[in-house]
Amino acid sequence: MRFAPTQDDEELRAVVHRLLDAEVPASAVRAAAAAPAGHLDRSIWTAIEDMGVLDVLVPAEDGGLGLGLDALIPVLEETGRVALVEPIVESAAVAAPLLGERRPGLMCGATWGGAPVPCGLDVDAVVVVGDREVIRFERDALELEPLETVDPGRRLARLAHAGDGTVLTDDPGAVAAAFHRGALGTAAQLVGLSDRLIEQTVAYVQDRQQFSVAIGSFQAVKHHLADAAMELAFARPVVRQAAHALDRGHPDAGRQVSQAKAAANEAAELAARTALQCHGAIGYTVEHDLHLHLKRVWALRRSWGTTAWHTEQVARALDI
Amino acid sequence: MDLTWTPEEDAFRLEAREWLAANAPGGLPSGDTAEGFAVHVDWERTLFDARWAAVSWPTDVGGRGASLWEWLIFEEEYYRARAPQRVTQNGIFLLAPTVFEYGNAAQQAHILPRMAGAVDLWCQGWSEPDAGSDLANVSSKATRDDERGGWVLNGQKTWTTRGAFCTHLFGLFRTDPDSARHRGLSYLLVPLDLEGVTVRGFGRLDGDEGFAEVFFDDAFLPDDAIPGGVVLGEVGAGWSVAMATTGSERGLTLRSPGRFRAVAAQLLDLQRKRPDPELRHRIARAWMRAEAYQSFTLQAVTALAAGAEAGPESSINKIWWSELDIELHGLALDLLGDDAELDGPWTRGWQFSLSGPIYAGTNEILRNIAAERLLGLPRK
Repeated sequence: MRFAPTQDDEELRAVVHRLLDAEVPASAVRAAAAAPAGHLDRSIWTAIEDMGVLDVLVPAEDGGLGLGLDALIPVLEETGRVALVEPIVESAAVAAPLLGERRPGLMCGATWGGAPVPCGLDVDAVVVVGDREVIRFERDALELEPLETVDPGRRLARLAHAGDGTVLTDDPGAVAAAFHRGALGTAAQLVGLSDRLIEQTVAYVQDRQQFSVAIGSFQAVKHHLADAAMELAFARPVVRQAAHALDRGHPDAGRQVSQAKAAANEAAELAARTALQCHGAIGYTVEHDLHLHLKRVWALRRSWGTTAWHTEQVARALDI
Repeated sequence: MDLTWTPEEDAFRLEAREWLAANAPGGLPSGDTAEGFAVHVDWERTLFDARWAAVSWPTDVGGRGASLWEWLIFEEEYYRARAPQRVTQNGIFLLAPTVFEYGNAAQQAHILPRMAGAVDLWCQGWSEPDAGSDLANVSSKATRDDERGGWVLNGQKTWTTRGAFCTHLFGLFRTDPDSARHRGLSYLLVPLDLEGVTVRGFGRLDGDEGFAEVFFDDAFLPDDAIPGGVVLGEVGAGWSVAMATTGSERGLTLRSPGRFRAVAAQLLDLQRKRPDPELRHRIARAWMRAEAYQSFTLQAVTALAAGAEAGPESSINKIWWSELDIELHGLALDLLGDDAELDGPWTRGWQFSLSGPIYAGTNEILRNIAAERLLGLPRK
């Protein structure tokens, strides 16, 4: 029994952390969100690809790293921390192991259950996870309509029409696993978002003074943040454990993914509420960067299954 | 990541499961009454004779030398078997880890086997009428008497769990009369049969005589009342020794995940028997939070096994299990509906769960600790 990342997994996470820390400040998130549909700058994407993130789940025989979600999930937490706009969960977690060959530079979108496609007009291909099969469509086989979103960083597009696609798999286990990777990757991003929201808020309440003292010295503020930190501390290992179960094809893996997404949803919801409340009015502006993370939390916690939907999956699996 | 048990750990689990299935008694009276306590002491001696009383201790003091992982496994099996409450818990799970850390060889050799064998029964003497959450306000005094070779104790302890049935008390006493707050305290080991010690049991919310107050009126505690001495750690260093005990109380050892996972499994059974569609999702959520405690613990034990020190994360650990316990029992009572007024395991468990956010540091104090020591927020 060893519930900790391997040294290799930890090193991969650390290099991605350093890259994103340097290359994806809030200004980069704002710029990516503001780019016209279909014109997302690819430089950050290329840098991420150069680190091998898109190849983590690609089997070694297809030229990938042949690693598992054990390695990828901590990396996706990092992409959540910076509120990365690029469709990394869709490409690296959902699509990559199904594409069959490495195609350098490919930005692949993904969708499930009729949901709009993140970065829909920016991607080169879209993987549609259906009930019975996973189909890949090249960008020019799709008619996509851009949508106005609360979080412009989502860059959503509705799939209006799909032409011919390629069935990547119709194996029920593989189809379910594709969905599970999407839900779990999103859960990982929610964990990272929560982590950053708490960190930002801790820094803010140490700095901000009222009644001549830092507001972080008030118990009401401390208790909000302690609760948010606790929810996060108990959500992260659930996400990591589900990754491990999914990697090993554990019979309970689907249920564990639902536990993970429900836990990450709840942790992120509390982190976002706490962050906004503790920032006060400054957090309720578009000038301050806080809203970038808040809006991403609102989007992702309903993406790839709401808390209620995943709780229902768990209840069914438990036969209650 | 490797979330598999070794063949040895599986064998350990099987051995524990089989022994508990054959030996664990059901339906014992509450151990928080005089008659019930005696029955539970018999059970503790049965556990000790089979070397299950303190599995993680070295074999020479009555344990099995089991790893932390095996300890977790034993706890899972213990609660899964619905084996009795551990009336020795304040000794085995709170005092003992501190004795291992701070006790000298003679103290360890004397105290530990007698504790595991339920010969000496230990209660905790920390809280006082004016020192609850503000533990550093302890005013019970121990005055040095060099002529007789010992300490003269005066003062009062309270909320002492099972104090009326125990034989020994571990407590915080002010040994430096000029000191204040955290300084000048010592961690003393006190037989309760000393002249000048009066123990008065009183009823808890649930009606059991689980509480006691302990009065010290010029009670003389000889240095040799415990082989190796009656002071645990250095004289005057009681606060830091006590903090080691709170780490055990709030962290891993007092309330392991197995306890709550067993209750969660019983809650699922109750929902299957008396289904309430309105509560289904809330029950699934509570079950998930018990599982999350397991995941969190596996991560924490991995760090401890690699040599990390238990730190301030024990504060959120205790908030988590104490609030989870209320959630689990409250849902069971909702499922029971009108029957939730009747005395029974769920109603007793519910009442006890309400004490969780109070004992071992109130959850308000623990939220302060989490904010200050985990997150780095200013104390003042």
